Amino acid sequence: MNKRVEKTTDWLDERLGIAKGARSSLNKIFPDHWSFMLGEIALYSFIVLLFTGVFLSLFYVPSSQQIIYHGSYAPLRGQSVSEAYASTLHISFSVRAGLVMRQMHHWAANIFIAAIVVHLCRVFFTGSFRKPREINWIIGSILLILAIVNGFIGYSLPDDLISGTGIRIAFSIVESVPFVGSYLAFFLFGGNYPGTSIIPRFYTIHVLLVPALIVVLLAAHLGIMYHQKHTQYPAPKRTNKNVVGTVLWPTYALEAGGFFFITAAVIAALGGLVQINPIWLYGPYIPYKVSYAVQPDWYMGWLDGALRLMPSWEIVGFGHMIPNAFFPAVLLPGLTFTALSLWPFIEKKITKDDQIHNICDRPRDNPWRTSLGVGILTFYIVLFFASSTDVLANTFNTSLNLVLWTFRILLIALPPVAGYVTYMLTKETAGLDDAGQRRAPVIITRSEDGEYNSVVVAEEPSLRPSAIFELQEVSEEKAYRRAAQGDEDDRELVGAPESSSVDDNGGVHREDFHSQRSGGSGIFRVPRNVPGGGGLFGGRDSRRQRRRDTQE
Amino acid sequence: MSEVKSTSNDSEYDYSSMTGSRTMERFIGGLFATSLLATVGLGVTFWLGGQPQIEGALLFVALLGIGVGVVAWGKYLTPHGPFVQEREELKSSDMDRDAFYKSLERGTKILGRRSFLGKMLGVSLGAFGLLQLFPFLRSLGPVPGKSLYVTDWHKDAQVVKVDGSPVTVNDLEVGGVMTVFPEGFIGNAVDQVILVRPANYNLVTRPGRESWGPQGYLAFSKVCTHAGCPVGLYQELTQQLLCPCHQSLFDVLTGATPVFGPAPRPLPQLPLYIDADGGLRSQSGFNEPIGPGFWERGNE
Repeated sequence: MNKRVEKTTDWLDERLGIAKGARSSLNKIFPDHWSFMLGEIALYSFIVLLFTGVFLSLFYVPSSQQIIYHGSYAPLRGQSVSEAYASTLHISFSVRAGLVMRQMHHWAANIFIAAIVVHLCRVFFTGSFRKPREINWIIGSILLILAIVNGFIGYSLPDDLISGTGIRIAFSIVESVPFVGSYLAFFLFGGNYPGTSIIPRFYTIHVLLVPALIVVLLAAHLGIMYHQKHTQYPAPKRTNKNVVGTVLWPTYALEAGGFFFITAAVIAALGGLVQINPIWLYGPYIPYKVSYAVQPDWYMGWLDGALRLMPSWEIVGFGHMIPNAFFPAVLLPGLTFTALSLWPFIEKKITKDDQIHNICDRPRDNPWRTSLGVGILTFYIVLFFASSTDVLANTFNTSLNLVLWTFRILLIALPPVAGYVTYMLTKETAGLDDAGQRRAPVIITRSEDGEYNSVVVAEEPSLRPSAIFELQEVSEEKAYRRAAQGDEDDRELVGAPESSSVDDNGGVHREDFHSQRSGGSGIFRVPRNVPGGGGLFGGRDSRRQRRRDTQE
Repeated sequence: MSEVKSTSNDSEYDYSSMTGSRTMERFIGGLFATSLLATVGLGVTFWLGGQPQIEGALLFVALLGIGVGVVAWGKYLTPHGPFVQEREELKSSDMDRDAFYKSLERGTKILGRRSFLGKMLGVSLGAFGLLQLFPFLRSLGPVPGKSLYVTDWHKDAQVVKVDGSPVTVNDLEVGGVMTVFPEGFIGNAVDQVILVRPANYNLVTRPGRESWGPQGYLAFSKVCTHAGCPVGLYQELTQQLLCPCHQSLFDVLTGATPVFGPAPRPLPQLPLYIDADGGLRSQSGFNEPIGPGFWERGNE
């Protein structure tokens, strides 16, 4: 071992005792599957968001103060714009790498939320939210909400014509909440719309409040995943009680670490080469101006579509009103996210399944969940496309009326159809013996008579059953376990004679403790630290003991 | 660095870790070198003043070279097992749980003896927390009061254009449209009014509004009753106003009643008259709150 590494480790270990935990981390096994990368994409695009966001925050001015624009974008010179808008133009045209950073930030946000949604679908359709992972499902749902909220707020910060219209709609939606809506809207906006407070407030929420929450929840999300160990897909020799995959050091560390750079590379390419949100073309926000064919960022599409498809109903009575926007923009997302976060418990209510599940379902193995999921997903996809009714009507040269009614009917009709088709498909594929199995490559030969023959290529090493299913243990982990087991009796009892920990209150006998720990089933019988004088059991007892002693 | 070694059969992972390792090494080295070149290029680009497309492309190459290289290193030059590890049971042992309960009980018992103190503490903390909400909420913004019911339009308010000049009876051709404000409140979000002129004779949109449309001038609040967007499009052929946000259509000649889309109520109409100088003025303010609905608003 490198001397310097050893010295550093010793220094840290003497102060923090890191070696033990770090060893087991280095030997940790991660199941390997492409679908497990989806969450990683979300994580990595969030890191890109943090980097680019810090850069942008150095130049952005969160202020609605109107100034005359004198910057480098000639067509807007002399116009009255907000400082927020002017500073965003400044970032785009005058700050070195500013436009790339801004566009990377915007692309990363879109990718962040997209990755979360696809990751969520993966977890849903494979049943990976089941016991013991319900907590992480809830945390993930909250992360999705936070990501959408922060995405919308960030999209609003440049104060351009299109995002300003979005803020106006947001005010109306907050205003539509029964009982407290107008108060909420006035407190959020610091008065009636538009006011001058919303941009600075959105800025604080966008760069401080929500990111802090996301960081904390993300840490919990990853920590719990790490602690519980990742799920794995069913395969021979994979059980509920083991993890099969690659080892963290060095394989997984390299693959996951490298993947961060690949994600960042794609975001950089998009940020540099694919224009997004060219606010100088939209112009500054002016409350009485509006643009045509306005679409929000993709993750708000379903809400915009719901607003469009909603019939023109409003409930009025007893001197009060439940406005139209409440149903599609408050009630629908409210129900959506409540049902989403509580899904593990809803499913448990139906299946009465209280088992631990570390093996994922294949979607086809659980037809009802898969078809239900596809049906619900279809509902939101229809809503998403409904956010472009005007564009579709223009493109296909047809009436808005036809497009709107088509979507209203599709919204009701398509989900059951999609669910039913999925159900039939899953039933079909579940019946096939070799569905989902890797096919062995074959060589097809044609004889002189024109007869075809296929021969399995057995030489492909990765397809040899032994190559796939011969599981190994990490040798250092095995060696450690052996060594630890070999002298565990000596080590564990040093400084802790068996009789000393027997006490009348806790009823904890050191012998019991010992036998329970080291006699447990499983391959690994790594002794844990037996608490000494000040641990979970010792502290209390010794204090009582002390009290008793003094009394005597 | 210690190497993770297969214990059962070395040749099993040799395939994944060592096949063409020389070639792979060169390939990865090439990737890192490419990345380095791109980074140098990026430095030069920044030095020369920057150019978004070039920056993006070079960032892409620099990051991708590192990324693909590192992943390939992990994928092709390190052992892949597959390795296996036991999942320890997450649940604590019964003994641990019991011990935990006992420890917990120790505290709750001691504290439980003085339950009055506990209740008092709860009340004090709760009251303190609630009171802190008050300055917070009160400072965030004013209470709505009547502000959602009123605009700056009032009796005899001069109708002015965006540039501040008064609107006169000859300003709009038949079929014309214009955004106007009450004098002194140009650009105010709640005061925006869309002025249309479907005809050149007095128009009556609804009973009770006989004098509201002098010489064909009709004025409606421009704030959509659905979600508050400016109702910015006027289709002369069908005499309809369209909100571009969610495609609500309002029929001008019947008093901007919604005929399509999600908008639930007509756009409030502003009663106009023409003064002695030929200028447009409002007879009064709006007779209902403008814009989208809210809870306090009943069925006026």
